[in-house]
Amino acid sequence: MSEHIMSNKFYYAIWIALLCLTGITVAASFIDLGPFNAVVALVIATVKALLVVLFFMHVKYTSEKLTKIVIVSAIFWLFLLLALSMADYATRLWT
Amino acid sequence: MSDNPIAVEQHGPELLHHFADAEQQRDAATLGMWLFLATEIMFFGGMFCAYLIYRFWYYDEFAAGSRSLDITLGTINTAILICSSLTVALGVRAAQMGKRKLLVVLLLLTIVFGFAFLGIKGVEWYAKYKEHHIPGNSFNVDDLVRDYPQLHIDPRHEQIYFSLYFAMTGLHALHMIIGVGLFVFLTYYAWKGRYTPKYYTPVEMGGLYWHFVDIVWIYLFPLLYLIDQHRLG
Repeated sequence: MSEHIMSNKFYYAIWIALLCLTGITVAASFIDLGPFNAVVALVIATVKALLVVLFFMHVKYTSEKLTKIVIVSAIFWLFLLLALSMADYATRLWT
Repeated sequence: MSDNPIAVEQHGPELLHHFADAEQQRDAATLGMWLFLATEIMFFGGMFCAYLIYRFWYYDEFAAGSRSLDITLGTINTAILICSSLTVALGVRAAQMGKRKLLVVLLLLTIVFGFAFLGIKGVEWYAKYKEHHIPGNSFNVDDLVRDYPQLHIDPRHEQIYFSLYFAMTGLHALHMIIGVGLFVFLTYYAWKGRYTPKYYTPVEMGGLYWHFVDIVWIYLFPLLYLIDQHRLG
């Protein structure tokens, strides 16, 4: 990893973005969007997680490809766990 | 430099001799840390999966349980964790630039935020204790049945929601406690001046762990507190 020292301003900008997104997700929970309440909340959470991973955890600036492979694989395993489990449980009532 | 055997003799004490240079050493540590975090994702993933399945089966009970939580305290705790992630990121930056005192201050601030989060979590758990919402012999959800007549609440299924609530927030809090412990250790050695712009890997790895725990909360907060406020009344 090349040493990538970012400016204080940059970190403050990410911090403010994270706080704003928290405010938005709380505000959105008070509006009735039907099943889309969950979708909106999870999309916002994923944007927040991406901001933290890419900038606070410096993944955007790492030159080490192995690290990126590990991260993508980990997320893929989680996706497999959730998707295949729900493929079973969510379809049990189908006839 | 790495191809020259004589170079091995020239490095400082912070570089272990089986690494070619400091950059390779740091890359190895980062990769190892991310492998550990991958196992952590699966560790928490099992619980998220259980949550997903049971929420699908017992939607009404999950909605009632979710609405009994304190959104204000949950939001404050989310903000506290985001602030702690900022102090960690700035702390790693201070270490990169060799600002020892700033690093110590930022690490201490992170610890303070960590305790604040755990304190508020404790207040929330105590409220659940007083409401008899902790799974076990004294578990009682008559208050939820009364408050949410439109939801069909089976106490046994409600107990599953609160079991998951305590297991997930409890496991997360355990990670916070471990994180605070790590940061006490980091603060001590930062104060001693062990971390320099050439060698600050422990600060960076501790930071990765802290950010990961923050991300877990970023998902726990909407899932447990926010997403079931409306449907079915």
